[in-house]
Amino acid sequence: MEAIQIFWDTIVTRQDLIIERTMEHLYISFLAILIATCISLPLGIYISRKKKVAEFYIGITAVLQTIPSLALFGFLVPILGIGIKTALVALIIYALLPILRNTYTGLTGVDEGIMEAGEGMGMTKSQILWKIQLPLALPFLMAGIRTATVLTVGVATLATFVGAGGLGDVIWRGLQSWNNSLVLAGAIPVAFMALFFDYILKMIEKKVTPKGIKS
Amino acid sequence: MLITFENVTKKYGDDTVAVDDVSFTVKKGNLVTLIGPSGCGKTTTMKMINKLIPVTSGTISIDGKDISRENAVELRRNIGYVIQRIGLLPHMTIEENVSLVPKLKGWKKEVYQKKVDDLLDMVGLDPSIYKKKYPLELSGGQQQRIGVIRALAGEPPIILMDEPFSALDPISREQLQDELKILQKNIHKTIVFVTHDMDEALKIADEVIIMKAGSIQQVATPKTLLEKPINDFVSSFIGEERIQQSIQNRKLHRAETIMTPWKEGREESDLPSLSQDASLQEVARVMLAQNSESLIITDNSGKPVGRLQKNQLLQELAGVETGGK
Repeated sequence: MEAIQIFWDTIVTRQDLIIERTMEHLYISFLAILIATCISLPLGIYISRKKKVAEFYIGITAVLQTIPSLALFGFLVPILGIGIKTALVALIIYALLPILRNTYTGLTGVDEGIMEAGEGMGMTKSQILWKIQLPLALPFLMAGIRTATVLTVGVATLATFVGAGGLGDVIWRGLQSWNNSLVLAGAIPVAFMALFFDYILKMIEKKVTPKGIKS
Repeated sequence: MLITFENVTKKYGDDTVAVDDVSFTVKKGNLVTLIGPSGCGKTTTMKMINKLIPVTSGTISIDGKDISRENAVELRRNIGYVIQRIGLLPHMTIEENVSLVPKLKGWKKEVYQKKVDDLLDMVGLDPSIYKKKYPLELSGGQQQRIGVIRALAGEPPIILMDEPFSALDPISREQLQDELKILQKNIHKTIVFVTHDMDEALKIADEVIIMKAGSIQQVATPKTLLEKPINDFVSSFIGEERIQQSIQNRKLHRAETIMTPWKEGREESDLPSLSQDASLQEVARVMLAQNSESLIITDNSGKPVGRLQKNQLLQELAGVETGGK
């Protein structure tokens, strides 16, 4: 009980800091996902039509993904300096792969028979994309964005090391001062944020799944 | 709509010849089946008609117009297309699926809505029940019925069908073949139908084109094909059993088999006469044309060998109908 009391006191006394860092965290994560989606979605559509280069692009994002996150933030500092810009770039790099790969898988996974029927009926390439491929691939796209979001919210705790704030700041202060309550006060909002985004996106995913293909 | 192939060749790369210098004509309103073992080029031949596969050399024309000069998208909107994998769009209702091509062609809503209802009625699916359903809620046979009427919805004069019934269960397949046959009689579309099933080809086709290794072996009506297969490949592809069966059928259904043998001493030379080899159809035709109750059946030298009454013919035909199938 004592521990809970201490935890609660920490939250109350540090509430300004926690709220401010939470907003920063939200902002960085959201912006990174938005930009990563804007890059990956069109790129995914492009490579779904050029299967020869597809593996190359997906390969690049996969290699970027394998760089340990802490190291990536470190690499970027000499190039981009410290601040929010560096954090954003690192997070975008991490979010690219899940969105790109799912977009590609979703678009190329549409039944050949359906595509052939569409083409044979006299639909143009863009009609096939908008009326057949994208609606049918939408659940995949959403799943990719969901994975990327949960990942980004977690990795964004490292933004503090490049001076971009976020809830990692709270956690790091707690670790440095041996204050477990403060660590939790930073970690718990991160977990909730990830769960919350996941839930919202799951709802959207359900909503956008075309009626005829719901099982 | 007349489809003409003139020396059409399709090569993949430099050495793989899929279709080799093929020439044929599909007459307006005919149902033509392209048949052959797998890899014989039948599907490739069909897909060149709606430009899903480009030709390497030669000319394909529809009603005298070279299709290589036509816009592929426009061309396809006027050629119905039915495929083995059905290819209904699972995220669209039956109504939306069927009205796809009419919408692409810019029809008015009232016009295509009525068309959808009419077509559903035509294949025996109640519009009020099925219009709002999704493809996955239908059985395979029902889905392919939708596949067929979707191809008809834009009122194309030509329909291409790529093994449309081969993935269905035998009962649905038979039903759809029968329905297609009836449909064809009513709507007079020019249909090019690819199949590997000889029974199917013989059953539905006005004309059968048999292919092997990219070239045409024989173009003939099912009847001629059975009676006069042009070479060993064709007869073995048709199958000895089917050929024997057709000979048997021809023997069974001749005037000679149902006539009453000739009794000497009766003079009825005013009756029309027919050869003993005449088919029952010919017998019926003569009887109708001459308005006659009976015929004299003669042998090859013209000597009377029997007499055939209308009742005998009717009995035989009734027997064929009830006992034949």
